[in-house]
Amino acid sequence: MFEAEVRVELKKGVADPEGKNTKKALDLLGFDKVTEVKTSKFFTITLDASSEAEAKAMMDDMCVKLLANPVIHIPLINIKEV
Amino acid sequence: MNIEDIKVCVLRIEGTNCEQESFQAFKRLGAQPEIVHLKQFLGQDVTDDEKRSLADYHILMIPGGFSSGDYVRAGAIWAARMKAGLKDDLKAFVNEGKAVLGICNGFQVLVELGLLPGFDEIMADVPQAVLTTNDSSRFECRPTLLKHENKGNCMFTSKIPEGDVLMCPSAHAEGKLIFPSAEVDIAYKKLAEKDMLVFSYVDPDGSYAGYPWNPNGSEKNVAGICNPRGNVFGMMPHPERVMDREMHPDWTRAFPTGLGDGMAIFESVLDEISKRF
Repeated sequence: MFEAEVRVELKKGVADPEGKNTKKALDLLGFDKVTEVKTSKFFTITLDASSEAEAKAMMDDMCVKLLANPVIHIPLINIKEV
Repeated sequence: MNIEDIKVCVLRIEGTNCEQESFQAFKRLGAQPEIVHLKQFLGQDVTDDEKRSLADYHILMIPGGFSSGDYVRAGAIWAARMKAGLKDDLKAFVNEGKAVLGICNGFQVLVELGLLPGFDEIMADVPQAVLTTNDSSRFECRPTLLKHENKGNCMFTSKIPEGDVLMCPSAHAEGKLIFPSAEVDIAYKKLAEKDMLVFSYVDPDGSYAGYPWNPNGSEKNVAGICNPRGNVFGMMPHPERVMDREMHPDWTRAFPTGLGDGMAIFESVLDEISKRF
């Protein structure tokens, strides 16, 4: 069994209103040393794959077909055997 | 074909809203609408009597809402489920020149499906655009003014003169239309050349004024686009919520008689389908 962690980040240059708004709230709470907040989405997916290469190929396909939109997202995939 | 013979599928899954308003919009204009759950097309958990085929309809409408909780991304799960079980049927439907309408969440679904913008093919394998979080990072819910920009390509606005301004309410958190950063100029050039731009957000003077008149921060104030063929159309605001004059916030002053602004979109597509089939 493999466990894949996928972090779906926004591409450089894509606006991140959620991050911006979070920073604003942190500023109001007095966290005056916060210089930037970026948001991303994190998935942990368990796979019954026969090899790491197969797990990686499946994850790449999942990112293209559902987890990320290539127009604004970069998926970062990390796979480990469990 | 007579309007009474036009069959409309108002598609729903969990989290859909305004399917009743959409059903009523088509019904009062004389067509035959039916609210169909996606499972009825996929043949899952339904009886034989409940099974339906997309090919039996002339118009497919995907309404608004928060399908599947908008998990992953707005409209992404609904699009994935349609792609998995209906891809070929959808392509054939669009290829035959039948009409597909996506409102709000439905627009997000059409973009995630690759049916919009559909620059070079009926249905792209990966999305060519995205409707993402509003610049304000908030759910924006209020009347919005839409300038009709189409020059005749879109079958959903054929009865609306170019330059006319309609009021349709917006209610969304992810309505900002974005094209790939490296291809933005090409994308807007194609939208103009192929007459795919349908509605833009404007202020009461009819000018492009940005936020708050543009509720989401879409570049060039885009509110709705169609495919190059004009038979797939998506818009973020809700025309089905302004079918009657009383649904306009200023109806006592501005609408002493007549119908709501949303009616023209449903009239247009029924008229076009009746002429073409």
